[in-house]
Amino acid sequence: MQAKVNLKLVDEVIKSWGADPAFLIPMMQDIQAQYNYLPRPALNRLQEKLNIPLTRVSEVATFYKTFSLKPKGKYIIQVCTGTACHLRGAPRIADSFMRELGIEVNGTTKNGLFTLSTVNCLGACALAPVVKVNEDVHGQVSSDKVKKIIEAYAARKK
Amino acid sequence: MKINSLADLESVKSKALAASAAMEKTVIVCGGTGCLSYGSAELASALERKIKDRKLNAKVMLKMSGCHGFCERGPIVVIEPDKIYYQRVGRRDKEKAAEELVETTLVQGKVVESFLYSDPVTKERMIDYYKIPFYAKQKRIALRNSGHINPADIDDYIATGGYAALVKALAMKPEAVIEEIKKSNLRGRGGGGYPTGRKWESTRKAEGPVKYIICNGDEGDPGAFMDRSIMEGDPHTVLEGMVIAAYAIAKGKAPAHGFIYVRHEYPLAVKNLTKAIEQAREHGLLGKNILNSGFDFDLRINRGGGAFVCGESSALMRSLEGRVGEPRAKYVHATEKGLWDQPTNLNNVETYACLPEIIVKGADWFASIGTKGSKGTKVFSLVGKVNNTGLVEVPMGIPLREIVFDIGGGIRKGKKFKAVQTGGPSGGVIPDSMIDLPVDFDELTRVGSMMGSGGLIVMDEEDCMVDVAYYFVKFLEEESCGKCVPCREGLRRMRQIFDRITTGNGNPDDMVMLEELCTAMKLGSLCGLGQTAANPVMSTINYFRSEYEAHIKDKKCPAGVCKALIAYMIDPESCTGCQLCVKNCPSGAIKGVKKKPHTIDKEICIKCGVCYDVCKFDSVKRK
Ligand SMILES: Cc1cc2nc3c(=O)[nH]c(=O)nc-3n(C[C@H](O)[C@H](O)[C@H](O)COP(=O)(O)O)c2cc1C
Ligand code: SF4
Ligand code: FES
Ligand code: FES
Repeated sequence: MQAKVNLKLVDEVIKSWGADPAFLIPMMQDIQAQYNYLPRPALNRLQEKLNIPLTRVSEVATFYKTFSLKPKGKYIIQVCTGTACHLRGAPRIADSFMRELGIEVNGTTKNGLFTLSTVNCLGACALAPVVKVNEDVHGQVSSDKVKKIIEAYAARKK
Repeated sequence: MKINSLADLESVKSKALAASAAMEKTVIVCGGTGCLSYGSAELASALERKIKDRKLNAKVMLKMSGCHGFCERGPIVVIEPDKIYYQRVGRRDKEKAAEELVETTLVQGKVVESFLYSDPVTKERMIDYYKIPFYAKQKRIALRNSGHINPADIDDYIATGGYAALVKALAMKPEAVIEEIKKSNLRGRGGGGYPTGRKWESTRKAEGPVKYIICNGDEGDPGAFMDRSIMEGDPHTVLEGMVIAAYAIAKGKAPAHGFIYVRHEYPLAVKNLTKAIEQAREHGLLGKNILNSGFDFDLRINRGGGAFVCGESSALMRSLEGRVGEPRAKYVHATEKGLWDQPTNLNNVETYACLPEIIVKGADWFASIGTKGSKGTKVFSLVGKVNNTGLVEVPMGIPLREIVFDIGGGIRKGKKFKAVQTGGPSGGVIPDSMIDLPVDFDELTRVGSMMGSGGLIVMDEEDCMVDVAYYFVKFLEEESCGKCVPCREGLRRMRQIFDRITTGNGNPDDMVMLEELCTAMKLGSLCGLGQTAANPVMSTINYFRSEYEAHIKDKKCPAGVCKALIAYMIDPESCTGCQLCVKNCPSGAIKGVKKKPHTIDKEICIKCGVCYDVCKFDSVKRK
């Protein structure tokens, strides 16, 4: 679902960084923190207020992995595919999530609940394999636990 | 309160020490990322309540610390001054665990047996923190405070001697500080191992209206987390190191500004650093007129954008400028033209964390540890198939065997050791025949690997070397910024070759082609990412050629990893017929009745590996 963009909020973000294009990345991080992704109207506002070409905005938005141009689900599942997790079965975990959710990596379920993504190391390698759902870190996950993790979040109240 | 002198610092220190000396015991609950995910925050609040209920507040101090490195065993709780080391405390039931700990240890003064570390092989239980094999052979410099102090409390850092190095350095001439670091022979911990003192000297010499001091906390190696632990567990050390660097490098009227570039995935590091910066400013240890010396330096935090290449120094600087993180050619020296084309010094987190100790204890002390070319210690992220995984800091030159077998406790489940991979995507594998290699910068490079940031991944007989190389090639293909052709196209071609080899479509020319691509990329790539991308491939080909041949000629994956080349089956000897796999198989491919060996129908099996994960008897085999 596309978010309704409050341009006042965007302007506040821009102002808080002194409207200095050097802070384009932190500004985009702040905007993404609001909407879970970078809505087009917000990007347009950025180029307008910072007086930089839109290509520079979209170049940055597409280069860095943390930015998304598509809306994300309510729960963002990050399966760690760093080396430590890879050796302890991360590919099987990622496969299980794809199978159980019926989506590919970087896809979002139709009900808008889950987005599946992979990440290169969450810095909790001693707990490998690791899965993060929004802010919760799940350590020592195995492929049979995947279903339970999904069900636990799906069952949460809105 | 502002600290203006050594006397002020001493008074803060003695006050803090007196406060803890007034307590009979200190209970330290680990608040690092690993332990938090096991619920250590809830454990701490349960402990706080119980301590209050038992009216122990006046005798017992409770605090949260950073990571101890042994996250796998979390939540970790340490009781001082007794050095009691508790692990896996209350994984299931926090209330009950807190009750037990308070009653048994704090009230009755006895240890709780079930919380003690037990050796995975000998089953011996141990009480003393420093006698546990995981810690016994470590020597902690960069990690000296993590796990011991409360990172949110500057007084706790000062109590352990924090900021004394800064006081000492500011009383020295900047040139003398550089001399000291040069004499210590400290080499950068971020990957390349460039001598830190030399880098500082060049940045000091360079002329410019302003100088920048950057801390690289991007930690891109997927499988290493030492920088994270330091930033989270001992943020003031990083700040102190950076102020010392700034003081040594600044010259004349040109002001110095600092940046800490923190990896996007590390929110707790950002939080703890932010707090530390505020406290340091309040205490006059950052900002204007530091320690009343007339020296000004302040810094800010930038969060990374999740691009591995931004760990490379010139790409990182472009990213700080708000641009796409593409590296620059190396003939432009950052020490002269770095961030915004001004003289810039960039060091890694662990490098900065070593500095205060070097200043306080002296260059000779530091240089007395380690080997001829590599002084001091190095933190390794020991992960993979070892029994004890975590962060370990060891003297340079320690034999690989001691890391894997003594500290790491050997290979899990009694499997056979096969190789270690060091240096992340820039490094290579070291086969079991080289297990006695002394680990330092030069030795690792000599055998075709690299120190990198200190990732040390242990692999056993069930790990496929072709898959490992494939893994890094895929990683690098995704992370290549695409600026230069050898890296962008070379990695894509290599990945395509690995696609073929790992699916049974490889041909004998593929290995020749891989070797040629490696050579071309090494010579032709612009930055370290492309130049070192050959290491994972070449080292696996050199040491495990027969494994490649098995994939190419026999269409087999001897380790049982490459999905297209294996089949799952159940060993009828060891299968107990427990039905666990039958229940969990998502495609209904497993047949069998209770207490009779089960079988997998190859036609239906989708090779998802769930049965392999759930089997408690290790009866599911991949062949
Ligand atoms: C592709 C690439 C990624 C890198 N990633 C990191 C990193 O994540 N952290 C780091 O400290 N250094 C990284 N480096 C090394 C830096 O370029 C730089 O050499 C180092 O941070 C300098 O600090 P030091 O002298 O204290 O080691 C990377 C280098 C390359 C080529
Ligand atoms: S070697 Fe790779 S990552 Fe480095 S500049 Fe070239 S394309 Fe970019
Ligand atoms: S490799 Fe998965 S958390 Fe580091
Ligand atoms: S997080 Fe507690 S030991 Fe690492």
